Order: sequence, then C-alpha cells, then structure tokens
Amino acid sequence: MSRSTLLRHLAITLVCAVLLLGLTYALDPFRNYQLATAAAYLCATAGLTLLAGQSGQLSLGQGALMAIGGYTVALVQNQFGAHDVTTQWALLGSLAAAVCVAAVAGAVIGVAAARLRGPYLAGLTLVVAVAVPSIGTLWHSLLHGDQGLSVYLLPAPASLGEAFPLERWQAWLALVAALLTMLALSNLGSGRFGRTMRAVRDDEIAASLAGINVAGTQVRAFVVSAACAGLGGGMLAVLAQSVSPGAYAFTLSLNLLLAVVVGGLGSLTGAVWGSVLLVLLPWLADDLTSSFIHSPAAQQRLAGNLPLAIFGLLLVIVMIAAPGGIQGLLNRAGRRVRGRRDGRAAYRAEPSAPDAQPHAPAASRTSIPNP
Amino acid sequence: MYHIVRRGVSVLTAMIVVGAAAACSGSSGTSGASTPGVTSTEILVGTHTPLTGPAAAGYSKISAATKAYFDYVNSKGGVNGRKITFKVMDDAYNPATTQQVVRQLVLQDKVFAILSGLGTPTHTGVLDFLNTNKVPDLFVASGSLSWNQPKKYPYTFGYNPDYTIEGKIFANYIKANFAGKKVCSFGQNDDFGADGLKGVRAVLGASGVAHSETYDVTNTNVGPAIGALKAAGCQVTIAFTVPGFTALALGAAAQLGFRTQWMISNVGADYATLGGLLKDATGPLLEGVLSTAYLPAAMDTTNPWVSLFLKLNQQYNNNTAFDGNVEYGFAVGYLFVEALKAAGKDLTRQGIVKAVEKNGFSGPGLSALRFSATDHSGFGGLKMGKVEGGKQMVFGPLYTTDDGSGPVTETDYAQPAPPADGIPS
Repeated sequence: MSRSTLLRHLAITLVCAVLLLGLTYALDPFRNYQLATAAAYLCATAGLTLLAGQSGQLSLGQGALMAIGGYTVALVQNQFGAHDVTTQWALLGSLAAAVCVAAVAGAVIGVAAARLRGPYLAGLTLVVAVAVPSIGTLWHSLLHGDQGLSVYLLPAPASLGEAFPLERWQAWLALVAALLTMLALSNLGSGRFGRTMRAVRDDEIAASLAGINVAGTQVRAFVVSAACAGLGGGMLAVLAQSVSPGAYAFTLSLNLLLAVVVGGLGSLTGAVWGSVLLVLLPWLADDLTSSFIHSPAAQQRLAGNLPLAIFGLLLVIVMIAAPGGIQGLLNRAGRRVRGRRDGRAAYRAEPSAPDAQPHAPAASRTSIPNP
Repeated sequence: MYHIVRRGVSVLTAMIVVGAAAACSGSSGTSGASTPGVTSTEILVGTHTPLTGPAAAGYSKISAATKAYFDYVNSKGGVNGRKITFKVMDDAYNPATTQQVVRQLVLQDKVFAILSGLGTPTHTGVLDFLNTNKVPDLFVASGSLSWNQPKKYPYTFGYNPDYTIEGKIFANYIKANFAGKKVCSFGQNDDFGADGLKGVRAVLGASGVAHSETYDVTNTNVGPAIGALKAAGCQVTIAFTVPGFTALALGAAAQLGFRTQWMISNVGADYATLGGLLKDATGPLLEGVLSTAYLPAAMDTTNPWVSLFLKLNQQYNNNTAFDGNVEYGFAVGYLFVEALKAAGKDLTRQGIVKAVEKNGFSGPGLSALRFSATDHSGFGGLKMGKVEGGKQMVFGPLYTTDDGSGPVTETDYAQPAPPADGIPS
C-alpha cells in the first residue's frame, strides 16, 4: 500500500466524518438511532464482505460473532457499572475487549474453516450461528437466558449540554466505530494482505505456488472479519442498552449475508448499502403495511414477515438483474455516464465489467491499482 | 484521479441517501404541542405486543380488543373531546425487537404513553428507556415485580397481580387442600417463572417444592422437562407458563402418561385460548385444572361486565371469539379511559402519572388496584379458578397478600356495576 492510498483513505474518512457529524445534527433522535444502528451493522457487514467477497470464504456465522462482541460489552460494562466507573473511556475498554474476544473466537473458527470449502464451510459457520445464541440460555445465571442482560451505559458527556440527546451521542459512537472499521478494512484490502486474499480466492493452487500461505491467509481473514463483527455486536449492545439471544438470532447472520450480497459482494461501499437496507427495510415495510393495508387481520399476518419477503425478493432480483449488487449497478451506471462523455476509450480501459460476473466481486475493481 | 472522486462520491451518496430517506419520511407524531402525542383532538398511545412468535397464541387478541374499546369510546366523542389512537407494534416476544419498536413509538411517532406493553422479558428491557424519556408506561401486561419500583421507575405501572402473590395464593391453596402431596413447579426461565416460584417458596418453604423445571420460549421441546417432573413423582404441578407452553406442557404430560394436579398461572390458563391450541384434546386435558383470576371468568355471561364486553366485542371487534384475552384487552382499555378522565382536560404526562397514583378506579376487577405514590403494582388480590365440565369458573373467596413473607388472607371487595353506556364517568 502506497502512502498516497493511506492518505486518500484518510481524507475520504475525514470528509465522511464531517458530513455525518452535520447529519446527526439535522436528524431527529429516532433517525439518529437508525443511523447508529446502520453504522453498527456496517462494522459487521464490512468485515463479512472482506471475508466472503475478498477472501472467498462464505460465512453464515457473522451474527454469532456479533453476539460474542455484544455479550462481552454487556459483561464488561456491567462490571464497570458495579464498580462505579464514571469515565466515558471505560466504554472504549469494553469495546476493545469485545473486539479481542470476537477475534479469538474468529481465530478458532477460522482454523477449522481453513480446512473446509464451499458448502462444508457454510455448514460449519451455520452451526456456529445457531449454537452461539443458545449459550445465553445455557449459562442462565450469568447471561439471563432469553431475557438477556441490560447494558450499563453512561449518559452523553455533560460537556455537550443538558439537552443533548442520547441518541445523537450513540450515533457518534457508532459512526466512529464504523468509520474506523471502513478505514482499516479499505487499507487492508488495498495492501499486500488484500492482494494475497484475492489471490487465494481466485486460485488456491496458483497462490500457494506463488509462495502464499493459503491457510494462514484464510485464518487471518476470518480473524479480521470476526474482530469487525465483535465491534459491530458490541455497538449494537451499546445502542439497545441490552443484549439478548433474540438480538443475535440466526436470522441476523442470514440478513448480514443478504445485505452484503445485495449491496455488492466484496465492495466496502456495497456493505454501506447493505447495512442501510438492513435498517430501512423493516421500517419501510412497517410503514407500507400500516398505510396501505387497513384490515387489522391482514396487518397482523404481514407484521414481521413482510421485510423478510421483500429482502428475499430483492435478493432474487439482484441476483438476476445485477449480480454485482447495488454497488455494481452504480459502477455500471457511472461507467455509462463517463463512457458517453469520454467516448469509447473509457470502455476499453476497463475491459471486464466485474458486475457481469457473479464470481468476481465488484470490490476487486476498487483495488485495481489506478494509473 | 477519477478513482478517488468516484469512490468518495459513492460513499458519500450512500451516506446522504440515508439522511435524505430519513428526513423525507416525516414523522406522523404530533410535535409542536407541549405534551407529546396529545393535541386538542387526539391522544396517541402505543404498545408492543406479540402478534407473531412463540407467545402470540391468545395474546395477539389483547391489543385488538383494547383498540376496539377505544373505537367505541371515540364513537361517543372520545375523552375530553380527544379521540384515542392506539398504535400496536408487533415485537414477536423478542426483547431485541421490543427495543426497536418502543424506540420507534416514542422517538418517531411521539406517543403520549405506552399502554399495556406485553411480556416480562420484553418489557424489562425498555424500562430504563421509557423512564429516562419520561414516558408514562401504563398497565404493563405482565405480573413481574419489576414494574413496582416507583423510586427507580416513576413512570411505570403494573396491571396483573404480580406472580409472587399468585405463587403464594397457589401455595396457600395447596396447604389447605393438597397437604402432604409432592409439589413441583414448571416455569418460564426468566423473571416470570422466578417471581412465581419465589411466591410458592415463601409459603411452602424452600424444601416445599420438591422439583422445579424451566423452559425457554425459544425452545419448544418441553418433553425432557415434563419427563423429569414425572420421574420426580410430582402430584401437584404449578405452572408459570404462557399459553403456548401450557399447551405444550399438557400435551407432553398426556403423551408421557404424567398425571398431576395442574395449577396454572392466570396468564397461561385461559380455557378458550388453550382450546385453540389443544383442539379435540382440550376437554379431557383441561378438566380439573386450577388457576387464578382477577377478572370475572370470560365464560360467566351472567356477570354484567362480561356481558358489556361481549356486546362491545360484537359491535367493534368483528365479533372475535370471546376469551380471557379479549376480556383483558377491554378491561385495560376501560382502565386507561378512567385514568385519562381522572387526569383531566389539561392532559400531561405528569398529570396522568399523578392520576393513576391517586387511584380510586372502579373497573371490572375482582379486586382493588393497589396504585399509590409508593406502590405501582396492579391488582392486589386473586380468586381461585377451576375447569369443571368444560367450563372455567371462578370460585371461593378473594385472597390477598404481599410480595414478602406476609400471610395470605381472605378479603372482601364488591365488584362495582358497570356504567350503563360502558364508559367511565
């Protein structure tokens, strides 16, 4: 990774941070809460898109790793609460613990996963996704079963003023986490690690002939992705001020994968789209049912089911019409606009349209060194 | 250079679209007024309740009945000229979903109050949020002890008699009628089951419960737990279960040939609800089952309150099959209208909290409500209920007790007659 890449990523992150800061002031508390939730999801989807899109390992267990992060934050925060720790920095400690614990769990799963391919890997991670949330009910005295734990959280710092909404403060926390994750992952992706990951994904034999440690690369990708999931899960716990197995159920893992695929597998920007959809779809579906369907019986039947149906339908449509996901679609539109402007030269400069091939994810194009 | 611009632009558009989508959607709340959710013509209240998921059986009918009662009150001009709008959100009995929908109700829809939020594990998670935001959290549809913490949660009020006094009253009945029998418990693996068991043990002693088993709502396999109860030789089994799990437990017991005297918490013992789940087996499985009641039996059509609610159910609730849940929904709606009237014309959040603490309500309850400035728990007394010949009826005296080690005593309470038009004056 050249120095200019790092500077470029830093610059983009800073610009985003400033704009988002403005956005949190423009939004009411509920929108800020939604923004914060999307940011927390983004930590996990960004990690997953790196794992599935760039290292080529399909994981269904991202939600379980979020659960590990969430419960770690809950347990550590509540220890802080029990000992009357009143500094905001304590939260940083809890989140760091969440990242570490999730990364360790990711390493364990990753070691097993590096031996498995395709459906077997999906099967293993599926087991993790189903089993981990049940641990909450297994260790009932510590984790309080389905009811879960409440998470001790200090109010927004007093220096921000009395009327400062907690939701804006939570949005700040989550956005910082998301931006740091994006910065770290985009640098990792465009550096040596990113190249080895993609080499392993495209052809393991060729990669090992070139001197790449295939299993090592795959385990490392799992650890990075798990660390991101741990951060996202921890942020989710901070937002809801509670953790429960239901918050990290198996459907969460599926939804994260759906989000990543619909957003554009392998693309970090696609992960942004995906996490936004995760938050907006259930809420839009609810608004839709309540404004168009007036029969209470029909509303009751649709409640909770409609977002899933829409998500599923969207996935089918995306797979048929735009295998590169939303980001692939945008890239294609962008190229068309530029193509018209610059003539056919622009088309020839990028001969392979990645979003036309489902197996070569859109993100690989973001990492093609730019002339 | 294109590359930088392109990536920057795509990330930014992603971010901005979120903001735009958020800003455009607009809130349906009634901001601007001094009290959220209250205008000169409308009062907006919300609830979270399981319309889907493991606890939906039966409970999903409660909010519809409450809404029907408000429709009736609205058709008579509302309360102080304001019509009541009741927004019902499904949380599927999943505490994580409750967190989301309650935030949506409070922050986006700006409801005046949360009314009859259902469930011990679900509602426990939003207590802090509601009280930090000073949202009246009225008549929680659960009997957990957590609702009665006026110092910590000044805006939260219970409704059901708490599970601890129910447990004590069950245990008291066991002492008098099943002395010497082996008593066991089967409860939900959260505060619901724990509070109930605490009450049973307060009367029978720690060793009075020979064996206790629990279930998790996310796991419908109750066979092993029921098998363990059978193996322990339980003769009387007290169940703190939601209807779906009552049905599973009774079914599993029948399959395993486990014969015991069931005593089932009133939240999981409604005959019609269980009938919908047990189908043909309802009659034989439920015969002789004991439970408690703080509202008149839904099958007791001679009770004036039941006949009033039956009539309203016919006119405003699509004539849904009338059961304990429908009755509960109407009763909560009635109590809320009583509270609104007591809070007066200048409706504020503080005002309704004060009005509820003042108490003096006279609804369909078989016992008085305990509300005061220092007590936020709901009904204070219970009668026993029993299924005989396919009919679930209430019998015996009204019992009352406290959450601690106090004795279970008999008490008197005369149920007032309902107002002629069914609307509290």
